[in-house]
Amino acid sequence: MIWLGIDTSNVPLSIALVQDNQLLVEWSSALNVTHSVGAMPAVEEVLKQANIKPNEIDAIAVAEGPGSYTGVRIGVTIAKTLAWTLKIPLVGVSSLQALAGNGVFFKGLICPIMDARRLNVFTGIYTNDFNALLPDGHYSLESVLEILAAKDEDILFIGKDVSIHWEAIQQVLGKRAIRAPFHLDLPKASVLIEQAMKKPLPSIDETHHFVPEYKRITEAETNWHSEQKKAES
Amino acid sequence: MIKDQIVLGIETSCDETAASIVRNGNEIISNVVSSQIESHKRFGGVVPEIASRHHVEEVTMVLEEALKQANMKPNDLDAVAVTEGPGLVGALLIGINAAKAFAFANQLPLVGVHHIAGHIYANQLVEPMEFPLLALVVSGGHTEIVLMQNHGSFELIGETRDDAAGEAYDKVARVLKLPYPGGPHIDRLAHESEEAIAFPRIWLEPGSYDFSFSGLKSSVINYMHNAEQRGEEINPQAVAAGFQSSVVEVLTSKTLRAAKEYKVKQVIAAGGVAANRGLRKSLEDTFIKEGIKFTVPPLFLCTDNAAMIAAAGSVMFEKGHTSSMAMNGKPGMTLFDWK
Ligand SMILES: [Zn+2]
Repeated sequence: MIWLGIDTSNVPLSIALVQDNQLLVEWSSALNVTHSVGAMPAVEEVLKQANIKPNEIDAIAVAEGPGSYTGVRIGVTIAKTLAWTLKIPLVGVSSLQALAGNGVFFKGLICPIMDARRLNVFTGIYTNDFNALLPDGHYSLESVLEILAAKDEDILFIGKDVSIHWEAIQQVLGKRAIRAPFHLDLPKASVLIEQAMKKPLPSIDETHHFVPEYKRITEAETNWHSEQKKAES
Repeated sequence: MIKDQIVLGIETSCDETAASIVRNGNEIISNVVSSQIESHKRFGGVVPEIASRHHVEEVTMVLEEALKQANMKPNDLDAVAVTEGPGLVGALLIGINAAKAFAFANQLPLVGVHHIAGHIYANQLVEPMEFPLLALVVSGGHTEIVLMQNHGSFELIGETRDDAAGEAYDKVARVLKLPYPGGPHIDRLAHESEEAIAFPRIWLEPGSYDFSFSGLKSSVINYMHNAEQRGEEINPQAVAAGFQSSVVEVLTSKTLRAAKEYKVKQVIAAGGVAANRGLRKSLEDTFIKEGIKFTVPPLFLCTDNAAMIAAAGSVMFEKGHTSSMAMNGKPGMTLFDWK
């Protein structure tokens, strides 16, 4: 069985091919190249290197978000269109869980971080068997640190954006905060595939209804709701 | 016998998710448009982020429907054409990446199409084009006069320096408290009116084929404001009629002057605003009198659709224009010649 994995949910890009539990090829980059330009050529190249034709792929795993809205959409659009036209199942994996997966042998809690500006982050808190203690979402960093401060375990922070908040994290958690080495800060499409393989394969009829997990409504909707409330009061 | 050329078109540059299959660049086999107007209504205009979210939700369903209605399979196709620009960048990227993935999976060539070239080539789906040809493209995003000496040759003669005509319609409609999209409502009110408020015509420098609608929009707003301050009752029909007659007169006279200067054989109007009854009638009357052939595609081909993208893409493909998997969205793309 051949899996194609696609992660474009933040600045880094990762594309991987896994055949029968073996990683054939993985292409990862942290360069700031727009995914619209980089993603499909990388898919094309990865398949070419492995000498695999598009119609030989059996399933697709995609990072479904959260992350950059445009980035998530590009990956989901590519994955969805490929899965639909090749008539193969599409499995979505949380971008945060995929990143947390890089900390597979860590004994404590795992906290993947994506910056969401204004002291907010996209994050979740994972136990080392990948159960979510705090579900993926858009939180203020402060509220997440408060939850973590009440735990006893060490916490592994993973992601390129940890550097933005590292000082604040250390201030609250001190030595219990462990920072992942740089090579684990990038999402890996092979880890995404490994997590997708643990999920049941959806029927191909579900592909049309696959949507990104933005974990946030749009600014226009937020403003509209607050205007409605103002008008009511 | 020469084999038919079958092109799949995809368009997502604004708030319509569309796919269509066209034979030989001039015959629609299937044409599917999923409109988002209802989702944007409450915000009074297109919200780019919401438009992009909708495109992701709709795109594969629209593609499947286009194939189903045509009773075709991917291997019946010869190429995939997609709007490359101009448009809302986040919206363009959905169509482009869907087109790339579809073309790659089915090993089909990919063709990036300019949205305005698409609007012009909508006419090809109705009847053959005669050159030299002048196209007036008017929509919510564009107001352009394009001269074509031949297939795939484009010369931009004039364009708006500020608001697009359709944008001015939407803004004036908002001032008149008409629902979004405002164009059809203004057109209707204008037809109900016997009188019209006199608003200025903005001609710019003598000889210019460019347009400016933001001054006109401001005079409408000033007029409303002053009338309100004096406690006068406003007649929305007369405001709509006055505004529309200014827009229509400027569009018609500049198009006519350009048509005469470049001695064209045919004039076509395209884009969403070409559906405006006031504009259609004025252009029709003018060019019938001048003895110049004038065509407007039917309404469903004036508003954004993918058949027009497939039609333009078909001609480009024949001229050998294909794109790579690295194609990006070009929100400010300019028209270029398909040599
Ligand atoms: Zn358009």
